[in-house]
Amino acid sequence: MDMHSDGTFELRRSQRKRIGMVLAGILFLATIFGIVVLMALLVDVILTAAPWLDAQFVHSFPSSTPGEAGIWSPLIGTLWLMGLTALISVPLGVASALYLEEYAQDGWFLRLIQVNIANLAGVPSVVYGILGLALFVRFASLENSLLAGALTLSLLILPIIIISTQEALRSLPSGIRESAFALGATRWQVIYSHVLPMAAPGIMTGVILALSRAIGETAPLILVGALTFVPFVPRGAMDQFTALPIQIFNWTARPQDEFRGLAAAAIVILMILLFTMNLTAILLRNYFEERRAGA
Amino acid sequence: MSTNEPTDDAPPSPPAPSPASADEATPDARPQSTRDDTPPADASPSAEPSVEPKLNIDDLHFWYSDNHALQGITMDVQPNKVTALIGPSGCGKSTLLRCLNRMNELIQGTTLEGTILVDGQDIYAEDTDPVMVRRRVGMVFQKPNPFPKTIYKNVAWGAEINGYTGDVDALVERSLRQAALWDEVKDQLHTSALNLSGGQQQRLCIARTLAVQPDVVLMDEPASALDPIATSKVEETITELKKDYTIVIVTHNMQQASRISDETAFLYMGRLVEMNPTDELFTRPEKDRTEAYVTGRFG
Repeated sequence: MDMHSDGTFELRRSQRKRIGMVLAGILFLATIFGIVVLMALLVDVILTAAPWLDAQFVHSFPSSTPGEAGIWSPLIGTLWLMGLTALISVPLGVASALYLEEYAQDGWFLRLIQVNIANLAGVPSVVYGILGLALFVRFASLENSLLAGALTLSLLILPIIIISTQEALRSLPSGIRESAFALGATRWQVIYSHVLPMAAPGIMTGVILALSRAIGETAPLILVGALTFVPFVPRGAMDQFTALPIQIFNWTARPQDEFRGLAAAAIVILMILLFTMNLTAILLRNYFEERRAGA
Repeated sequence: MSTNEPTDDAPPSPPAPSPASADEATPDARPQSTRDDTPPADASPSAEPSVEPKLNIDDLHFWYSDNHALQGITMDVQPNKVTALIGPSGCGKSTLLRCLNRMNELIQGTTLEGTILVDGQDIYAEDTDPVMVRRRVGMVFQKPNPFPKTIYKNVAWGAEINGYTGDVDALVERSLRQAALWDEVKDQLHTSALNLSGGQQQRLCIARTLAVQPDVVLMDEPASALDPIATSKVEETITELKKDYTIVIVTHNMQQASRISDETAFLYMGRLVEMNPTDELFTRPEKDRTEAYVTGRFG
């Protein structure tokens, strides 16, 4: 390491290269670690689930006899829950974000709201469950209905939808808004014709991420009174219900081995649902991005 | 400084400033638009040669929060002329331009004092709708920013949201012709505007502005993002347009100002230093600072 007085360099090329290679290796291991663990988990679940996965499993109601048990009512319950949650949270979230980004005047009040939304995104889901129990189940007398569950899940994911929509709106080039205003458009015309279509892919991504979070939630649903044994399919928003995560939770708590197989099978179904949602999101985003390109 | 003596400008201006004769394509559309507007001052000048300025700016002050960007600008803009705003960066020329169609009020925390009249109408009056101001005073921006839609929709959108009831196809064609873009895009009207070159996109933005049939067109360094060939096409378009429109253009390029403008205003540190016919301002500037700037000694 000693420097010569005439200033020659000690390149130590091989040593520097070796350090670089070692570091690259560490980074690779860090990347692969999570994936390997996840894959192991997936393979284990699928192997455990395989003997139970058939049409009969999907179409049957839960039962105390493992051979007859299925996930029909929790599956339909989850679909209902997701549909209602999307119907409630997407319009509310997108409207809030539009107001905050496009209409609200900057000031202490706006900043206060912003900070609170960011904080709400970090509140544990159990707390939302308690809120839902007090507000929707008891105060609004919705009992342990699908609607109460969907409203609770909507509260839970509303901050996520608002924040991701705001990000999507902020990322638009401001020249588009200005040139639309310069043609004599009103604010709503600018939003409707340009801002919303251009922000649609970003909004869509946020919505799907938020719904993916909601679909796996168990704690808030237990608190608002989702049932654990439901031998019927809900017919309306005011019906009692159960959902896949709750059914999984219930089965894993049982001592018999067969129920662990049933739980694994339900997990596989839940993940298929999740992948389908993500795939839909990607397809929708591609569609909107193509439209955004103009043709 | 004085630029609005009637005797200077009256004789050369043609009998009627009403631009209907300029459009061969669809002569019906222009008169129709003047009927839609009906600003009180607009009706009379068609009878006789007008010497009334198109824009009166009187003691205009403008602040971005605490930054006093315009400090008492008073000037007139003549109809059917190209008026250039020049000056070093930060002198307030873009700010001034954006005050003329109330674009600046879209920025939060800004304040404006003073009056701006368009055809004698105070555009900052209590009961004046900024949406209507921008429909009459159009704007082309520095960066070409077409909407991510087809060429056709880019031109038609502004007219449609303003309730245009005429033939949209004809309007699109005429606007594109006025912007000297028609021949290049007539076979691809329904393809994305984003596939056009930068210079074509900027002329599309000009066409889009013209389709709303404004009286005044503001241009904020419209050629600064373009190469020399595209620039000369845009400049030709501007020269062509002054038959029908009043044009105010901000430019950093003094050759460009001297090539295309009839009058030039030199701004420095938020004040109007000098405004005169362009050839006078460039050859016999009244103020030392103007001379220093146009000869390239500063700025």
